[in-house]
Amino acid sequence: MFEDLNDLYQQVILDHCKKPRNFREMPQCSCTAQGRNPLCGDQLQLFLAMEGDTVRDASFVGSGCCISKASASLLTEYARGKTRAEIETMFSQVHEMIKTGKVIGDVGKLAVFAGVYKYPARVKCAILSWHALMSALKGDQQPVSTESEQN
Amino acid sequence: MSVPPTPNWSALREDFPILQQQVHGKPLVYFDNAATSQKPRSVIRSLVHYYEHDNANVHRGIHELSNRSTGAFEAARARTAKFINAGSADEIIFTRGTTESINLVANTWGTKNLKAGDVILLTELEHHSNLVPWQMLAQRTGAKLAYVPVTGDEGLLDLSQLDALLTPQVKLFAMVHISNSMGTVNPVAEMCARARARGITTLVDGAQSAGHLPVDVAAIGCDFFAFSGHKICGPTGIGVLWGRPEVLDGMPPWQGGGEMILSVGYHHTDYKHAPHRFEAGTPDISGPIGLHAAMDYLDAIGRENIWRHDQDLAAYTYEQLAALDNIRLFGPKSGRAGLVSFLLKDVHAHDVVTLADQAGVALRGGHHCTQPLMHKLGVESTARASFYFYNTRAEVDRCVEVVREIQKFFGG
Repeated sequence: MFEDLNDLYQQVILDHCKKPRNFREMPQCSCTAQGRNPLCGDQLQLFLAMEGDTVRDASFVGSGCCISKASASLLTEYARGKTRAEIETMFSQVHEMIKTGKVIGDVGKLAVFAGVYKYPARVKCAILSWHALMSALKGDQQPVSTESEQN
Repeated sequence: MSVPPTPNWSALREDFPILQQQVHGKPLVYFDNAATSQKPRSVIRSLVHYYEHDNANVHRGIHELSNRSTGAFEAARARTAKFINAGSADEIIFTRGTTESINLVANTWGTKNLKAGDVILLTELEHHSNLVPWQMLAQRTGAKLAYVPVTGDEGLLDLSQLDALLTPQVKLFAMVHISNSMGTVNPVAEMCARARARGITTLVDGAQSAGHLPVDVAAIGCDFFAFSGHKICGPTGIGVLWGRPEVLDGMPPWQGGGEMILSVGYHHTDYKHAPHRFEAGTPDISGPIGLHAAMDYLDAIGRENIWRHDQDLAAYTYEQLAALDNIRLFGPKSGRAGLVSFLLKDVHAHDVVTLADQAGVALRGGHHCTQPLMHKLGVESTARASFYFYNTRAEVDRCVEVVREIQKFFGG
């Protein structure tokens, strides 16, 4: 019945939403940030352990829809071992891809989110954890939301 | 009023051009009526006719078009009074919707009558529109909020606590008639009677009830009744506040401007009586005209008939969904209004709604503007199917089939 939805709910996304990776708190984290979409009820907290400019470990906790959970899960896998500069580049690539479907450069596994742009109501779900990641790196105290802006 | 005979429900669907379409290649099943209803052709035509023939500003004009638009505008007010069995058209204030109606009461009656230490009694079922205006009023005046508790997933109020909650400090009891997230039908006449016996002013939020069952404000015995046009086949942007005349008379104006004055000086203004005192500026004129057409349409069907149809669809849906595994259902097991809220195990409501949409079924997922209630029940959101008279059992069957497929999709 839902063949058309395979570009939104790809197998990788379904897998990560059912079994989110790095789904744990990190009491010894270097920085943390919250993402909250109050209209949806999606909320997550992202934790990073930094070694100099490099992410040594990333994890998250929270609740939300399949897309937001899978996005956070894949993000924590991706972020490990990446430098701040690499993450900033990837953020703009992923942001562009989720909004428009255009894949610029090598985004690896994250390419599973290239179909989200066809579902405008769900873009904010896919992008929430990425805004939380940028917020954590910047050390912002305020929770981020992707509901108020046109992501 | 005599009840019209049972209508031919499927023939009524022909009156709704929007229902005759496919969404994502599938016939549209519109189950988001608690958010807004669809509009019959007669309502759409009334708006077109007004703008093509009669459009002019109301009340101050001398010319023919202004006479016509004023006549139509005030005829809609009289029609609205009849719709809810109000004593007179002067008791009907046009607003933008239920939310603005409640804000009007909070800002005029509330500001005048509440002081520090007073209590505003609400129920735990309230929509944000019947909660946030009272919170704001409480912050301004130092009054406190208290709540009639909800018992659990069935969404029933524990009315055994009501008498104890109606303390001498309670000045206002505001309650929802039909819960938009649970489908609970509150015994508002009994609740109002218990409050009135203690001299407490009452407000009923009729957003989900007005176009679904016969409403008689005299029989309910409330002091205020608020509802929206767009949920009862009317246009968006028009709502109604009914107030008991002796209560309205004592209320100061809210917004100032044209239309609501008797005479204005540089330092002093005398105001009109209700309802015009509360309608500053050029009103939404087409809104009441569309609402008038909607009320005529609904009463030709008969709200007793609509209510029976609503309840039948809700009971049928509840029974079908209850037969599924891994589903949590909300709202009363019997006697529910025309909606069913549910959650599938391990599937977020937004995923349910996205998948259902692909099958042409329009549901709503979220907290339904009842966040405190969701929090109390320990959920973030639910998926909701809400019905109106143009929905059918065949559509319910389709929806249940789709829910089963959604479970399969996420279950593997």
